[in-house]
Formats: sequence, structure tokens, C-alpha cells
Amino acid sequence: MTFADCLDFLIGPFVEFGFMRRALAGCLALSLSAPPLGVFLMLRRMSLMSEAMSHAILPGAAAGFLVAGLSLPAMTLGGLVAGLAVALAAGLVTRSTVLKEDASLAAFYLISLAGGVFLVSLRGSQVDLLHILFGTVLALDDDALTLLGGIASLTLVALALLYRPLVIECVDPLFLRTVSRAGGPVHSAFLALVVVNLVGGFQALGTLLAVGLMLLPAITARFWAADLSGLIPVAMLVSMLSSVTGLLVSYHAGIRLPTGPAIVLAAGALYLVSMLVGPRGGLLHRLVRRRHLEA
Amino acid sequence: MSGEAARAGAIRFQGLTLGYDRHPAVHHLDGTIAAGDLLAVVGPNGAGKSTLLKGIVGEIRPLDGSVEAGPRSGAIAYLPQAAEIDRSFPLSVLDLVAMGLWRPLGAWRSLTRQRSRLIEALAAVGLNGFEDRPIGTLSGGQFQRALFARLILQDARIILLDEPFTGIDERTTADLLTLIRGWHREGRTVVAALHDLGQVRAHFASTLVLARRPIAWGPTREVLTPPVLARALRLSEAWDEAAAICRHEAHEAHHGGSPETPAPGHGHAGHGHGHDHHEHGHHDHDHGRAHHGAVS
Repeated sequence: MTFADCLDFLIGPFVEFGFMRRALAGCLALSLSAPPLGVFLMLRRMSLMSEAMSHAILPGAAAGFLVAGLSLPAMTLGGLVAGLAVALAAGLVTRSTVLKEDASLAAFYLISLAGGVFLVSLRGSQVDLLHILFGTVLALDDDALTLLGGIASLTLVALALLYRPLVIECVDPLFLRTVSRAGGPVHSAFLALVVVNLVGGFQALGTLLAVGLMLLPAITARFWAADLSGLIPVAMLVSMLSSVTGLLVSYHAGIRLPTGPAIVLAAGALYLVSMLVGPRGGLLHRLVRRRHLEA
Repeated sequence: MSGEAARAGAIRFQGLTLGYDRHPAVHHLDGTIAAGDLLAVVGPNGAGKSTLLKGIVGEIRPLDGSVEAGPRSGAIAYLPQAAEIDRSFPLSVLDLVAMGLWRPLGAWRSLTRQRSRLIEALAAVGLNGFEDRPIGTLSGGQFQRALFARLILQDARIILLDEPFTGIDERTTADLLTLIRGWHREGRTVVAALHDLGQVRAHFASTLVLARRPIAWGPTREVLTPPVLARALRLSEAWDEAAAICRHEAHEAHHGGSPETPAPGHGHAGHGHGHDHHEHGHHDHDHGRAHHGAVS
């Protein structure tokens, strides 16, 4: 294979086809905003919470679908409303009753998910349900791209503003409570960002796989970087790499390989490799016992 | 009285009852911790020491009565017994200590010019050169020192310490006690829940002996006597699941309320001059059940 062939293999699809360029732009935007949130979720041991949230937005999206069919604004708005309602209700119950956050969130997302499945089955066919679960990354229109770009910008700006209280809230919530009342609002804002990103991601990748692009790169980054200033950029890089790899694999594959799952599988492969060879606690590094230092 | 409570650094209790599930863990505490006091809170396990500190800092709401701590509750620095700190979080010691500057800096103001202040605070607790270590790599004593550095930077009028020396070696304890005495000299109010009575006698001006209800409160020398301590031990009984509703209020009215005004810095528990009404069985309860009966 010559260099030109290589180049053609890697860049050709994007040069040739507009839908590939759109897919790439959308995925890269999502790669900038979702992984940093995943890093915080992972560090707060809330990794599974995003999975729950992705279920929670389903009824909203379904309601939007019922009202307006496959319409981006309707489904986005519905998903946002449902997700934010579940996040806020769970936060409120956590603060005002004995329930811990995971329990109250579980209760609300289950209610929401059951409602969503109910709504979808009221009208949609199997095909529609698959669309909601797996998204249509190769059919991103201008509106969807604007939405993804807007979400990425909003997330990065909001994270920059919330960064310090968010970190303190993760490390020592009691301390933050004694010096400031910011803890509650900061936590709610963070959950809102997660919801917004899941809603954006579900346009491109579907609800299930949006979670993958949020969490897998973050978890992968743990094997490469030690602190937040490393984790966040590494997670973004892993996410971008997964997006490009997934798009190319699904384009070049002989069989019909759906793009959304291909992207998440690429992220999964990067995770498995990192788990083996990652310098920070990867399996191979644990097997080799290095000579200890003098002090 | 209200004028005094408004004084920065003073902490005033009025019939303060704190507890969990309506069961009091601190029962009817009255009195004022004077501004600048160096107060030790002692008592057996389950006596309500931690609960009292949580009540002062606002972590738990009073079941009854009130606590007033200076003009702003935010001016309190609080070191909990078992900090909820996630030590696996990838954070450097410097960043942990920098949290102490939240009050002046808030969420957005730059930390870069504060670096010398942070290093200074770390040096004051003997952690020179630890700035860039991840917090997960510190030993228990080193971590406690780092938390004290954060307390230094908080620069609070009132400092609450909940068993700060549990599991800490002698040298670290001595260093941190020196720091506490320094805070006392600077006129800060320091309240510490402690178990080591020798430590209390050597370093703390006044002592509150707690066994849910205040047993004695005053100058350490006068308070830490064998009879008082024996009583504290005897009174630290278990929860009575079927305890009746406390009718302290009615009792108070009947009593005329005359000796309820404590001298500044002293609780109404006094030094055993017979005002400990709980123990003398005046405490009326529904169905005539003894208030502190055995656990069923």
C-alpha cells in the first residue's frame, strides 16, 4: 500500500462525501464536550448515572416524536425537559429526604424509562425505536450540526466557570457546604450539562451510544493521565480518535456496519488496549515489578 | 445578651437540642462560648460532641432551641472527625490547601499570585516540599497537617475541630497543638472535641463536659474532676426507642426560669451546683415513663 493509498483510505471518504464530513464535524464537537463530563462522572463514582440519565431522556424524546414525528427540535426539547426534570427531581429528593442520590435517581429514571417505552410503543414501529436508540450519525443536517456545536460551546464555557466549585464538590462536599451555598446549584448545573450532552449525542449516536462517547474515553484516560489537567485532554483525544476510527471502519467495512455502534466499539477497543498497556495502573505495568526508589 | 451574641467569634446556645430521628444527642444546652475562648468538649463516645459541632456549623438543624455563631455562619472553619474527603481524587496537596482561600477568591479569581501564601501555610504545618504530591499518597498524619494548613488559610474567627488528633502521632499532635495555641493568641474562638484529658488539662482554658446534656462547663481545672467525669460516664446511656416526648418547656415555666442566665463563657450546667434538673427526676413525661429507661 503506497502513501497515497493510505491518505486516500484515511481522508478520501471525508473529501468525497458531504455526509461523512458532517458526521465527522458532529462527532468531533461531541468529543470536545462529552468526555470532560465523563471524567467528572467517573471521578465521582457516578459513571452509571449517565446511563440512567440517558434512559430518563427517552420519554421526552418519544413525546416529541409522537407530537411532531422525526423532528429534531421537538425531540430535543422533549428530551431536555424529561432529562432536566428527572435530574432536578432526583436532586431535590436527595437533599430533602433520607434517600441517597443513586437511589432517588434510579427511582425517577425507571419511571421515566417505562413511560418512554410506553409512549414509543403507542405509535412507532420497530424502526423508529432503533433510530432513537442508535441515532443517525450519517444523516446529520445543518440544524443537528448547529445543535451539536452549540452544545459543545455551552459545555466548555460552563465547565470553565464551574470548574473550581465542581472540583471542591467532588473532593470535599462538606467543606464546600461550610464555606458556600454553591454546592447544590453547581451540582444541578453539572447534571444539566450531562443531560444536554446526552440529548445532543442521541441525535448523532442514539441514547445508548451517547453514553459510550461520554464515559469510555474518560475511563480510558485514567490509564494515561494522573490528574485533571491530563485526564480531560486525553479523554477528548481518545474520543476524537474513536470518532474518526469508527467512521472510517463503518465506511470501509465490506458488510453494512452501523456508524454509531462502530464509533463506540472503537472507543471500547481503545479502552481495552489502554487497560492492558496504559502506564498508569495498566495490567502489563502491574505485572512488571520495577525496582523501587531509594526514598 | 443579644448584643454579645452578635459579637464576632462568640457562639450562643439557647435551649439547643440536636439529634437524629427526634432522639436528642445534645439535650437542652444553654450558654455562650465567649469570643476568643479555647474550649475543649469532652465526654464519652456518643455523648454528642460531634453532633454539637455539626450543629454549630449548620450541618444539622436543631430539633429545638437555637445556636447563634457570630454575625455570619460562613465565618466558621470546621474540621470534621472523619472528613468526607475523597482521597482517591487526583488532586495535589497544594490544590487541597488552596480550597481554604475560597472566601476571598471564590470560583473565578486567580490562584497564581497566592502560591507563596499556600507554600507558607504548608510550611507552617511542616509540609515543606509536599505541594505537588497527590493527596492520595499522604499518610494519615500528613493529611491531617494538610487539612490544618487549609484551616490556616480559611482565616476564620471560629474554628471547630472534631477529634483532630485521633490516630495522629505525638509529634504531629504537638505541632498542631502549637498551631491551635497560636490561633488562641490571635483571639480566634477554638472549640475542639477531644478524648485525651491530659491534653485538655495542658492546653485548653475551658472545658465542656457533655453526656448528651451538659454535665459541667467552666475553667478546665474546676471542671475536669473525678466526680464530674464519673457522672458523664454514667449518663451516656443508649437510645430509648420508646422515649416519650420531651416536655422540657413546661418544666422550664414551672421552674420560673430564674437561674437560666449563665455567666459569659459558662453554661447553666455550672459546676455541680444542683441545677442539673434532668437527674433529679423533675422531668415530666407522658405516661409517667422514666425518660432514660433501659433499652427494650
